[in-house]
Amino acid sequence: MTPINSKTPKGPLAEKWKNYKDHQKLVNPANKRRLDIIVVGTGLAGASAAASLAEMGFNVLNFCIQDSPRRAHSIAAQGGINAAKNYQNDGDSVYRLFYDTIKGGDYRAREANVYRLAEVSNSIIDQCVAQGVPFAREYGGLLDNRSFGGAQVSRTFYARGQTGQQLLLGAYSALSRQIGLGKVKLYKRHEMVDVVKVDGRARGIIARNLTSGRLERFAAHAVVVATGGYVNTFFLSTNAMGSNGSAAWQCYKKGAYFANPCYVQIHPTCIPVHGEFQSKLTLMSESLRNDGRIWVPARKEDAEAIRAGKLRPTQIKEENRDYYLERRYPAFGNLVPRDVASRAAKERCDAGFGVGNTGLAVYLDFSDAINRLGRNVVEQRYGNLFQMYEKIVDENPYKTPMMIFPALHYAMGGLWVDYELMTSVPGLFAIGEANFSDHGANRLGASALMQGLADGYFVLPYTIQNYLADQIQVPRFSSDLPEFVEAEKQIQDRIDRLMKVRGKRSVDSIHKELGHIMWEHIGMARNADGLKEAVRLLGELKKEFWSNVRIPGDSADLNIELEKALRLADFIEIGELMAHDSLNREESCGGHFREEYQTPEGEALRQDDRFSYVSCWEYQGDDKDPVMLKEELDYEFVVRQQRNYKN
Amino acid sequence: MWLLNSSIGRKLIMSLSGIFLILFLLFHASMNVAAVFSEEAYNAICGFLGANWYAVAGTLVLAAGFMIHIVYAIWLTLQNRRARGRKRYAVNVRPKGVEWASQNMFVLGLIVLCFLGLHFTQFWYKMMFAELTGHHEVELGGAIVSAHDGAAFIRYYFSNIIVVALYLVWYAALWFHLTHGFWSALQTVGWNNTVWLKRWQVIANIFATLICAAFAFVTVFFYLESIL
Amino acid sequence: MDKNINITLKVWRQKGPKEKGAFETYKLNDVSQGSSFLEMLDVLNEQLIREGKEPVAFDHDCREGICGMCSLYINGHPHGPDSAVTTCQLHMRKFSDGATITVEPWRSAGFPVIRDLMVDRYAYDKIIQAGGFVSVNTGGVPDANAIPISKKDADLAMDAAACIGCGACAAACKNGSAMLFISAKVSQLALLPQGRTEASRRVKAMIAKMDELGFGNCTNTRSCEVECPKEVSISNIARLNREFIVAKLQD
Repeated sequence: MTPINSKTPKGPLAEKWKNYKDHQKLVNPANKRRLDIIVVGTGLAGASAAASLAEMGFNVLNFCIQDSPRRAHSIAAQGGINAAKNYQNDGDSVYRLFYDTIKGGDYRAREANVYRLAEVSNSIIDQCVAQGVPFAREYGGLLDNRSFGGAQVSRTFYARGQTGQQLLLGAYSALSRQIGLGKVKLYKRHEMVDVVKVDGRARGIIARNLTSGRLERFAAHAVVVATGGYVNTFFLSTNAMGSNGSAAWQCYKKGAYFANPCYVQIHPTCIPVHGEFQSKLTLMSESLRNDGRIWVPARKEDAEAIRAGKLRPTQIKEENRDYYLERRYPAFGNLVPRDVASRAAKERCDAGFGVGNTGLAVYLDFSDAINRLGRNVVEQRYGNLFQMYEKIVDENPYKTPMMIFPALHYAMGGLWVDYELMTSVPGLFAIGEANFSDHGANRLGASALMQGLADGYFVLPYTIQNYLADQIQVPRFSSDLPEFVEAEKQIQDRIDRLMKVRGKRSVDSIHKELGHIMWEHIGMARNADGLKEAVRLLGELKKEFWSNVRIPGDSADLNIELEKALRLADFIEIGELMAHDSLNREESCGGHFREEYQTPEGEALRQDDRFSYVSCWEYQGDDKDPVMLKEELDYEFVVRQQRNYKN
Repeated sequence: MWLLNSSIGRKLIMSLSGIFLILFLLFHASMNVAAVFSEEAYNAICGFLGANWYAVAGTLVLAAGFMIHIVYAIWLTLQNRRARGRKRYAVNVRPKGVEWASQNMFVLGLIVLCFLGLHFTQFWYKMMFAELTGHHEVELGGAIVSAHDGAAFIRYYFSNIIVVALYLVWYAALWFHLTHGFWSALQTVGWNNTVWLKRWQVIANIFATLICAAFAFVTVFFYLESIL
Repeated sequence: MDKNINITLKVWRQKGPKEKGAFETYKLNDVSQGSSFLEMLDVLNEQLIREGKEPVAFDHDCREGICGMCSLYINGHPHGPDSAVTTCQLHMRKFSDGATITVEPWRSAGFPVIRDLMVDRYAYDKIIQAGGFVSVNTGGVPDANAIPISKKDADLAMDAAACIGCGACAAACKNGSAMLFISAKVSQLALLPQGRTEASRRVKAMIAKMDELGFGNCTNTRSCEVECPKEVSISNIARLNREFIVAKLQD
């Protein structure tokens, strides 16, 4: 087995990135004009990378599946973005942000990457302000901060409850400027369906034009995948309906390792599931945990009465409420990291204390905050979130506590990348949520925006040059090369196969079934038997899909069912890989909780001696099991501990 | 020229010509009210506005104001219809908070314009125009009156109930047109924000009501005088 | 309390931009009032697929009211009869049992129909590409706190920046005008010192692009702000006018 080389630079932690930049190869301006780069995706990572690369002089081809780059799902991030500015004078520093992120990720991330992330975080805020992002400000005119889970300092910058929107629109405006200047060619309503390799290097993609239904070929010197995560495998998640793992999955099938697929984040504060027709789950920002207190009834009979609709939460006396996060984790209270908060909610509901008519909900209560700060302040801070909640649930959260429950939110796992964000396929890069790199086994709140923009603005535009510096002699490719023809033919065959099934079931109905299997067996708590069962069920579902799916319409035409079917085919396979990875990882860490491995108090129990590595899965073919390679995680600088949010 | 070939430029012309016409209306209404109190004073103004070079020049400027307002209204409306596209909605609802007048400014303007034609044949054609063509006395309902005797014109026409009713309809259309046109003009020149929007709307309503009430008052006053 | 209702849907079906479209009527029973409007359409599509028909095409993505992808002109309102929500946040409890609901695509020359209820809103992106940005490259910018910005201006800028680019303003406007959309971006950037530097260049470029694309002229009916799911105010249009007129007078 070839050992996996992460290409982490040598030297002290704080100097690695500087040393790298000092010695990396660069491409001179005249040569940049001769190089084409494909960027797939227009979220925070994709848009910022495409814009930055174009500003530097590269020719960029940028793809998005929506009708506009501004629709990418980064836009839905609510709470904020972390940076180690220490504007609040509360003792923050690059090291502390690095440390919190490493610890929050349960010591399963690469130290050097995380340190670099913390280092560039400050530049991101500067960049966004310069673009005209209207961050929240104090009366003195300076930037305001709020606190987020897993940190004891206030380092989160925000723009009301729409931080992701504002940051994305900042990146989108930078991208739009380059499109206007002709340096970026935008392909909207185009979905990448394959990556094309020539002589072992990524040299282009096949994309399906979603309006015409035609397959189109695009060639370039390098390909950057910024297509987000794969948690829609679970059908119900906080991701957008179109979010999918297919682009990353095609990279995997072309030889890129898929790393840590079992690490998915379940966000504790989402609006609970409500019925069979439900198509997605709505997140309530983590920032709500700044002022909201989470509780369930302390007495089972109260919980039962609430579920039966006989009692209202406001009727339960203070002493009969169990503020279980404050009880279990006095030091961090309601601001424990997401994985901890989610599991604690599940624990209470499993024990019979859940509320709502399903018993699958807990309360997030603002009555204390309203008494302490006044309704006005609460409204100012969270007004739009409260309004959103009321529109969906038809209850006024100023009067009755909100009901929340954990939901799938983010994929920490993804395409394996080295320090340069290059996958194991030369010339193929992955950034943002699509890669695995910075969050370990659990992501802290307000870090996804940070990572997406760090990759896109400040990391990839440097590291990609180290690769491209050797490519300046390579002339532009023709997309008529046999490799492209072959790739297109394979996709066409797959589409034809799907269209020919003509079964009875809609794509969504199979996807919902996939979601149930995933949630049941590969959800918040996993065990060996359940995972084996999941592998079996997924195998059956795959057969069912390929023999009984029904796709109306024509394949060479706008065909939404076909789009969904192509994605679902990959989701089922991603689910299988998640099951394999979860089975392999016999420990509990971050978002991956194996019931066999927990402390007597029910906390996650890592097995550092056996599993201190990144699982990198290598595709072997459709009928063969994938092979797992290990990237050992050497903790040179941080001492690993049992995560403790109690004191 | 940006006033002609940019949408905001065209809107600006529409707004400025509108404000100019509003000022004219204010003057006209005040002048009419004078007739109620003193017909001599009114006739003096009519004489002053006869075939003198300054009155004619003023009239030409006024006509230009009207013409610009009308031509631009047609131009903008045609452009807007094209921008709307050929396909129309099957269901149309006026959302709460949208004034009826604001969506029907062109139609209201057209009504105002038609009555303006009537008004011209009755008054201006027989007064200033007659003078310009060298007639100092005109025939009015069988009698011969001076082209300067505005009061006689008023008395004559406003004794006819049909004419009075038509004029009142005209004022109503004018009222709607003004309530929107007034604040809309200020919005277009950019003199507006969330606070001033409400203020301008109130001022627009008061202003339109005052002007139209003044016109109506004079009309009704002379009608009542004729039957009493 | 939410219950299940029976409804009749009149949905615009149109195969392609050049083809003639028409309304189709569908009956849908036992729709939960707790479901969102788009979830109701999912149920309709499920039913159509079962019957071997082509599902209704409509744009949607985040389903939480922020991406701006969903559209739909429902019973005479863009984003339906509820206020301050997008179609994906509209819930069926806004409709009563036995209701007939008419669903049309955005209708505006600037937004040609692609299929059924899907329209092409790329014109809005083109307007942003013409000038809706601050011309700074990545890197080499001053510290974020180098220029204090009054909270009032920052808040006003944020109000304008809340625009999601969904196109409801032009769809609601009887003149097919995109002024609310443009004014939101112009205002946001004009209010902040970072955007002030090229404010006049920006406003001229964006208005020129808007005119070139054939959007209509604003007549201040206020339909846009009333129907805007993010309640962007027409005071931004006043600011846009001001910015534009001043910029032109300075030339």
